Amino acid sequence: MSAGQSRRVLPGFPLALGYTLVYLALIVLIPLGAVFLKSATLSWEQFWTVISAPRVLASYRVSFGVSLLAAAINAVFGLIFAWVLVRYSFPGKRIVDALVDLPFALPTAVAGIALTAIYAGNGWLGQWLEPLGLKVAFTPLGILVALTFIGLPFVVRTVQPVLEDLDTELEEAAASLGADRWQTFQRVLLPVLLPALLTGFALAFARAVGEYGSVIFIAGNVPMVSEITPLLIITKLEQYDYVGATAIAVVMLVVSFVLLFLINGLQLWANRSRART
Amino acid sequence: MSIRVQNIIKQFGSFVALDDVTLDFPTGKLVGLLGPSGCGKTTLLRIIAGLESADRGQVFLDGADASNAHVRERQVGFVFQHYALFRHMTVFDNVAFGLRVKPRGQRPAESVIHSRVRELLDLVQLSALARRYPTQLSGGQRQRIALARALAVEPRVLLLDEPFGALDAKVRKELRRWLRKLHDVLHITSIFVTHDQEEALEVSDRVVLMNHGRVEQVGAPQEVYEQPASPFVYSFLGAVNLFHGRIQDHHLHVSEGRLPVGHNGFQPGAEALGFVRPHELDIETDPAATAGIAARVERVLAFGPTLTNGQRVRLKPARIRLFAPESQPAGSLIGMDGDGI
Repeated sequence: MSAGQSRRVLPGFPLALGYTLVYLALIVLIPLGAVFLKSATLSWEQFWTVISAPRVLASYRVSFGVSLLAAAINAVFGLIFAWVLVRYSFPGKRIVDALVDLPFALPTAVAGIALTAIYAGNGWLGQWLEPLGLKVAFTPLGILVALTFIGLPFVVRTVQPVLEDLDTELEEAAASLGADRWQTFQRVLLPVLLPALLTGFALAFARAVGEYGSVIFIAGNVPMVSEITPLLIITKLEQYDYVGATAIAVVMLVVSFVLLFLINGLQLWANRSRART
Repeated sequence: MSIRVQNIIKQFGSFVALDDVTLDFPTGKLVGLLGPSGCGKTTLLRIIAGLESADRGQVFLDGADASNAHVRERQVGFVFQHYALFRHMTVFDNVAFGLRVKPRGQRPAESVIHSRVRELLDLVQLSALARRYPTQLSGGQRQRIALARALAVEPRVLLLDEPFGALDAKVRKELRRWLRKLHDVLHITSIFVTHDQEEALEVSDRVVLMNHGRVEQVGAPQEVYEQPASPFVYSFLGAVNLFHGRIQDHHLHVSEGRLPVGHNGFQPGAEALGFVRPHELDIETDPAATAGIAARVERVLAFGPTLTNGQRVRLKPARIRLFAPESQPAGSLIGMDGDGI
């Protein structure tokens, strides 16, 4: 209906949309487009050779695999964390609540150095873990620790408000109908929390994939074992191989976009099954 | 199934929510727990359900001590003021919830669940809405679904916490009549909490009046309305005129006149409170009358042709009930009524 637009009661739609598009183009699309353009100077064969080198393939596995794992860990423990913060009151709760945001604020290099110092063979925790055969620093496990650290606030902060809105009466109703705790969680709480949980998961994952600062200190950067893709890009840049760097960047971009798109689709599905209005 | 609560005490911090409450709820009756907000009625209901635990005292369900039983094991149906429906489930799935979470051994087959849910939806007259989501229903419909959901597990008792509190006045009236009819069909022992006296008097078989964590009076609706046991019950139930005065030769002397009270247990000169319902006040037009409260007719609305503007009359109670002033413990009935003066 063409008359619909002129009858819009709340003003500002054309302006807001125009502004949003221009902003998106300037801040996001133009730099990304440049990446694609730059990598387009390679022929297909060259491009393929760069992005399918064994060392690069190994780095994809480390980057995406560990990021997914870290996001999954954060989804579970972030949910528990948010639950404790919302449902219980205990001394120092506000301090704990504030501490959650620390990984947001801390320069990632600082976090990386701190984690390395703790988990290295002579560090506070490392000296006890290493005799047990658990080597954290300079292994993929160290990357997992760093990525879990930086991703925690995303899940906590997305789930927390939804949990606060969730009436305890729902749980009481479920219990009075005979449901045990697990059934209540699975059938009553989880479906309501799932969209927020997926958002938190997606954010934590996206953050982990792009993370550089904290990882390079603790990863040890052993080729084929604990090298992340962003590090390879930096390495190539340092060797003035700009085209090779952008080629790998394009792969990261596309894979990240596809994964986030899938998570978004999952979220949409969860939302729809929550309230079909 | 009968319910008995015995010497229940519950405190929240320094606030005493329930102060030594003992009550019997007879089998198959619909009992209304009535009182102002903060009187402990909801707390009592939640303790019976097992959603809250008493500091002291016991809850007996069907004669068996259920004080330590979990809400899951008590087989009570609980209906919440704000429905507490599961938003992500259809109406059908909401009602089926209690059947589907039963332990594997007791869980009915899906076809049995299906017919049982249909039956219940017919009972609450909402079969047409089975595939809707709770957000698509009106408040009254949601509460009926919540009731169907609670009934699905065949509870031994039905507990309703201000079930009509969140509804508008018209729906509330319809729904409470409907609840009354439903109870006449099901005869399940039910307790419902309300702060609305009209609701309690209309729906319940018995009314329990509570104030400050104590039970003020228990009785049939007619009984508590006509024979309030304490000044609190008198002023809480229905409109009432209150007269402060002194007893002297079979009259209650108040500043505007004296009211005949007949024989009573008060000492001459004792202070007393007289309660008179509006419909119990007679208008005495004889100018020679000395008893009653002197009044002047300001404006005639619909009192009939016998009164004129400016006419002086006396208001004489046909029935007055006397209570000792507030210094006496609440509920101690000292006076007797002056019926038939």
